[in-house]
Amino acid sequence: MKDHSEHGEHNGAHQDDFVGKYIFSVDHKVIGLQYLFTSMFFLLFGFTLVLLMRWQLAYPGTRIPLIGSLLPLSLAPGGVMLPSFYNSLGAMHGTIMVFLGIVPLGVGAFGNYVLPLQIGAPDMAFPRMNMMSYWSYLPGGCLMLLSFFLPGGAAQSGWTSYPPLSVINPGQTTWLIAMVFLITSSLLGSINFIVTTLNMRAQGMTLWRMPVFVWAQFVTAILLLLAFPPLEAASILQLMDRVAGTSFYIPANLVVGGKLLDHTGGGQPLLWQHLFWFLAHPEVYVLILPAMGIVAEIIANNTRKPLFGYKEIVGAMIFLGGMSFVVWAHHMFLSGMTPALSNFFLVTTMIISVPSVALLTCLVFSLHGGSIRFTVPMLFALAFLPMFGIGGLTGLPLGMPVTDIYLHDTYYVIGHFHYVVVTGTIIALMGGTYFWFPKWFGRRMSEGWGKFHFWTTLLCMNGVFMPMFIMGMAGASRRLYDPTAQLHNLTTQPMNVVSTISAILLMTAQIPFLVNFFYSIFHGEKCDSNPWHVTTLDWACPSPPPHGNFAKPPRVYRGPYEYSLPGAKADWIPQDVKEAA
Amino acid sequence: MSTATMEHAPVESTGIPNGKLGTWLFLASEVMLFATLFTSYIVLRVAAPSWPRGWDVLNVPLATLNTFILITSSVTIVMAHAKVLEKDKAGFRRYMFFTLLLSFGFLIVKSFEYASKFQHHHYPATSIFYAIYFTTTGLHGIHVIGGILFNAGLMIWGAGDGWEDPLFAGRVEYAGLYWHFVDIVWIFLFPALYLL
Repeated sequence: MKDHSEHGEHNGAHQDDFVGKYIFSVDHKVIGLQYLFTSMFFLLFGFTLVLLMRWQLAYPGTRIPLIGSLLPLSLAPGGVMLPSFYNSLGAMHGTIMVFLGIVPLGVGAFGNYVLPLQIGAPDMAFPRMNMMSYWSYLPGGCLMLLSFFLPGGAAQSGWTSYPPLSVINPGQTTWLIAMVFLITSSLLGSINFIVTTLNMRAQGMTLWRMPVFVWAQFVTAILLLLAFPPLEAASILQLMDRVAGTSFYIPANLVVGGKLLDHTGGGQPLLWQHLFWFLAHPEVYVLILPAMGIVAEIIANNTRKPLFGYKEIVGAMIFLGGMSFVVWAHHMFLSGMTPALSNFFLVTTMIISVPSVALLTCLVFSLHGGSIRFTVPMLFALAFLPMFGIGGLTGLPLGMPVTDIYLHDTYYVIGHFHYVVVTGTIIALMGGTYFWFPKWFGRRMSEGWGKFHFWTTLLCMNGVFMPMFIMGMAGASRRLYDPTAQLHNLTTQPMNVVSTISAILLMTAQIPFLVNFFYSIFHGEKCDSNPWHVTTLDWACPSPPPHGNFAKPPRVYRGPYEYSLPGAKADWIPQDVKEAA
Repeated sequence: MSTATMEHAPVESTGIPNGKLGTWLFLASEVMLFATLFTSYIVLRVAAPSWPRGWDVLNVPLATLNTFILITSSVTIVMAHAKVLEKDKAGFRRYMFFTLLLSFGFLIVKSFEYASKFQHHHYPATSIFYAIYFTTTGLHGIHVIGGILFNAGLMIWGAGDGWEDPLFAGRVEYAGLYWHFVDIVWIFLFPALYLL
């Protein structure tokens, strides 16, 4: 069974009309850009949702400025949001940011566009499946957005959807159906990424010559493949509870609002939590691994030297991926479990922090002895290191039941998670956008505005999330509609104001980025195919690459990061160059 | 590497065809899906104060019949694949037809089972046992329907220009892999629900 003609698909499926080229395209680069623009929209939308929440947290019960009067009466009468709307915003912010924003950007956009180029492939292994993945993601996303306007409203039980609260909430049905679309999309994508990485490499591209970014995407795809089906099964069970009246997650004799629920009961609410976190902890690594891959690429390129510990970085990523399946219940210490079990998850959680620290250490050591170019992507990559460090280290107290039980329901958890995902992942994704922009569009983004965007964004992000650690340690509960309703929160209430003002400034700071981005697509300074002098194969083809990517199949002769090789004339030798010049 | 004809075709680094690797990965995710359902079954059953004996409430003879039907269909789909390799077009059509016939037989028997449950007013909402029974067998039924659609598509494709397509034998093999998986899920479901 050596049917090499499996590759025939993408050569035959090339269509020249507008719909075939830009809408139902099977070209990995077009699909990558579709993911890029869609996920950028969802990120901004999810950010807008949280700005509304932040307004309520800083100035509870006051009119929301600007858009308050535009909101329907059922959500915010007189421009003041109702508690149920606040709950919806919380649930939808989390869901949209994680499942519709960051993963599609890090995996769908960057992975789709860059991975086949970096391994020297003409396209993904299954181009049509790639298209189906996007066209399963988009309806899922639209359904999520529409749920605000459907009868029953949007989901209100957090992105974690803990039953029995989620099961008694009418908006949950839409959420579950949309999730099934998104899970399908991610499964199609992950199979494609794994097969592409294993089977579509150019001649000479051995596993140990693959760039770190490819390794990161590969491990991420395995996590998505194996972690999402349990959530799919769990979602099906919850959907049955919603529409067929079963009681998988409903205990017997549950009373809601003074009335006995007509479910027969006999289910286990904790079962959902286990199944959900079995997905959602690997999901955290799905969020962070592509970001680390991007940072590694940018650092190697801008220090002009090989990465410190390439094999150690890859090994740590694989170990991280494997371990991420056995730490899930550290999210549930407060839900309750036998001490033996919580000790197990305490130990595995401490173990998983070792490869994370190893990764970060390798990246920091990579700076040593380099001649650093402070380009815009490099600034973002450099900021990633300490910011992700803060995010990671503040997670340790949450991995231990003793401290977690105090901190778990406070703002501390929100601060920790957002340091990892916002100042970590999103900073890295922004750096990646500046880094690969010349590859995507053949033009550069403005350096000056990029630096302005970087400094304002970094400052504002810390302004949003740093106060949360202080509030959390002072005992401010999360999930509260009105923080001033409890006396002990009043002392930290000014922190909420700082956080909210920083969030508004952070949104404002994205305007120069968006203008820069869209202006540069059409009017940016034109550049050659490899403006940063990168060694990996993604820069060995024209920018933007034509259909099929490489004029002739590339051949790889060396590792991914041969910068400043002693004796070589140039300070970089591309992977497809045989003899050092 | 015989890639000279295909200008862009790179090395197939593992030597396994893309379709086969993709099918196995898909099956890996399916294993996780059904493993989660079985885990939920175990957790719910262990925690339940009482659990009905499968043979008291479900129809074991019908399910046994269905087990035989599915196992036989797994044999016929292997034969269909063998006939493709032998270039025996009529043989392929015959065995694929048997496979489809048996799959429909499975669904018909299953629908009789469901109908008698509904007649006795046993619905998913009735008890946690029926909830898990209807959800797992229903999801398995959807997988059977998916298999029927794929196999019927192969039969139509094979009757036309698919027979000459170099990908055809591979597609039949992957359909077989999937069908065996559907079969194995039932082999786990049968004792778990009916016999334990």
